[in-house]
Amino acid sequence: MNAAAMRTAPDSVARALTTRRRDFKGTLFTVVLLGSLVVAMAILGTLLFTVISGSLPVWRSRGVGEFVGSQMSADPEVAGIWQAFYGSLLLMVFTAVIALPTGIAAAIYLEEYASDTRFTRIVNANIRNLAGVPSIVYGLLGLALFVKLLGGITGPEVHGRSVIAGGLTLGLLVLPIVIITTAEALRAVPTSIREGAVGVGATPWQTIRHHVLPVAAPGVLTGTILSLGRAFGEAAPLLLVGGITTFFSTGDSNLIETLQGRFSAMPVLVFSWSRLPQEGFRALTAALIVVMLIVLLLINGTAIFLRNRFEKGVRT
Amino acid sequence: MNDEPLSETTVDSGATAPPRVRIDVASEQTRTTGATLFSLRQVAVDYGDFRAVNDITLDVPSNEITALIGPSGCGKTTVLRCLNRMNDLIESARVHGSILYHGVDLYGPHIDPVEVRRRMGMVFQKPNPFPKSIYDNIAFGPKIAGVKGNLDDVVEESLRRAALWEEVKDKLRESAYALSGGQQQRLCIARAIATNPDVVLMDEPCSALDPIATLRIEELMIELKTRYTIVIVTHNMQQAARVSDRTAFFTVDVKEDGQRTGVLVEYGDTGMIFTKPDDPRTEDYITGRFG
Repeated sequence: MNAAAMRTAPDSVARALTTRRRDFKGTLFTVVLLGSLVVAMAILGTLLFTVISGSLPVWRSRGVGEFVGSQMSADPEVAGIWQAFYGSLLLMVFTAVIALPTGIAAAIYLEEYASDTRFTRIVNANIRNLAGVPSIVYGLLGLALFVKLLGGITGPEVHGRSVIAGGLTLGLLVLPIVIITTAEALRAVPTSIREGAVGVGATPWQTIRHHVLPVAAPGVLTGTILSLGRAFGEAAPLLLVGGITTFFSTGDSNLIETLQGRFSAMPVLVFSWSRLPQEGFRALTAALIVVMLIVLLLINGTAIFLRNRFEKGVRT
Repeated sequence: MNDEPLSETTVDSGATAPPRVRIDVASEQTRTTGATLFSLRQVAVDYGDFRAVNDITLDVPSNEITALIGPSGCGKTTVLRCLNRMNDLIESARVHGSILYHGVDLYGPHIDPVEVRRRMGMVFQKPNPFPKSIYDNIAFGPKIAGVKGNLDDVVEESLRRAALWEEVKDKLRESAYALSGGQQQRLCIARAIATNPDVVLMDEPCSALDPIATLRIEELMIELKTRYTIVIVTHNMQQAARVSDRTAFFTVDVKEDGQRTGVLVEYGDTGMIFTKPDDPRTEDYITGRFG
């Protein structure tokens, strides 16, 4: 329709521009997408509601501080989660100290230094496979290696069932994830920045140290902290390497003694408590899960906070 | 004899000694020219099994602007990146033939590519300042080259030479990303000359810039050639005609089996290439009758 016709026939233009065809497929697709989202959110909501409402009696009668600060016990009236809470934090720190430097260094080598040969491709593929290995398998490895074989070093007083054994096992578990996320963050650094640095005569290390790592840092940090979050929630491997759920003393001991000593962790305690017959432990289990969720939210929140901070630092 | 490349001992002393000094009557200014800085002999580059360019032989004189022109895929950027061993970053790249710089084979067994790149500034197609302050962008090169102490003077001098000082002198600590595209590219030029190189390699430095920013960069190149030898890759033939002293025209040679290899068609004074080219392919290209 040309311009002249448009001026003479505004009605016909209006008709032509009005929707006549119903986009049924598009509408249906949108409904399916929305439906999936609703189902996912409903499940999450139900879960949160059940756990939080189940935990209310504990908060009412005992309060957060008393619950978290009390020793573990077989009596639901006085049982707390102190050893498990403290043990989980200790394990996280130990795992981070072991796995993050190792994993980040390995990723830097693979991405920046190793030449692209058949061997490095095999190594890369296997790291991806390792990230998918069930955590119970890592538990078995930890049991054989850190508890049985190296028990004399990891925990001479406790038959190897120590914080060190648990932390090393969790470290193995998150190592592939740390390597993969770090490698991805490094790969995302624009070639132009590397070329700029190399172009002014930077050595490979200077390029990595001054330009690649600062740009990749937010991604590396986020990925590694999230991987620690995964380790935090693992129960199976810790059950195998001897996380305990009955009373034990965390007493006064120095760092080495603490690390070589016995340990507990929150996911292990959830597993243990949920199997106990006494009614009182139901609310305790729910309360423990709420504490775990809060810690997990804090871990993830830290990751987001650090990323935002770093990105600002890099841009200005 | 004066046209002979400098001996290796001269290079080691770090001086760019003028082998021939000519008095430029027009400007009454002394500048060194005519000495061969780069000497390429039968250079070929492979990426894996693919031969990107073949049989390039040309001499780049010092203190002149040499333009490499030609259609996409003709290997001009590949040749430029051989000059400062930037192709080393691509694992599959192999360079054959010889590239002499002041008479020294850049691909010789004991040559450190990092040292090579310190003597040759490079400016890339898209402005690529580091995500750091303007000051740090310039200071990085001298710092890693081992320059100690206060770099303020180096930063100021480099920015002045790149005609950017007046625009940024009050915001040296601000992010380089806050600058406009043209300013960013001049910052990259300042960064390239901050290490005091004797060559500046430019890979289509104006292709991402508007005409006004392009003009500034072109004026800058002409100023810079008194101090530096400039080799520029450009798609823009008018640009080559405006700024360069010598022009090398590359084209793509398509074999029967479909392999596309870049070859050098013609190399000479820019005036000759643009007015009286020897090869009909050059003429077709510069008059716009290509492909």
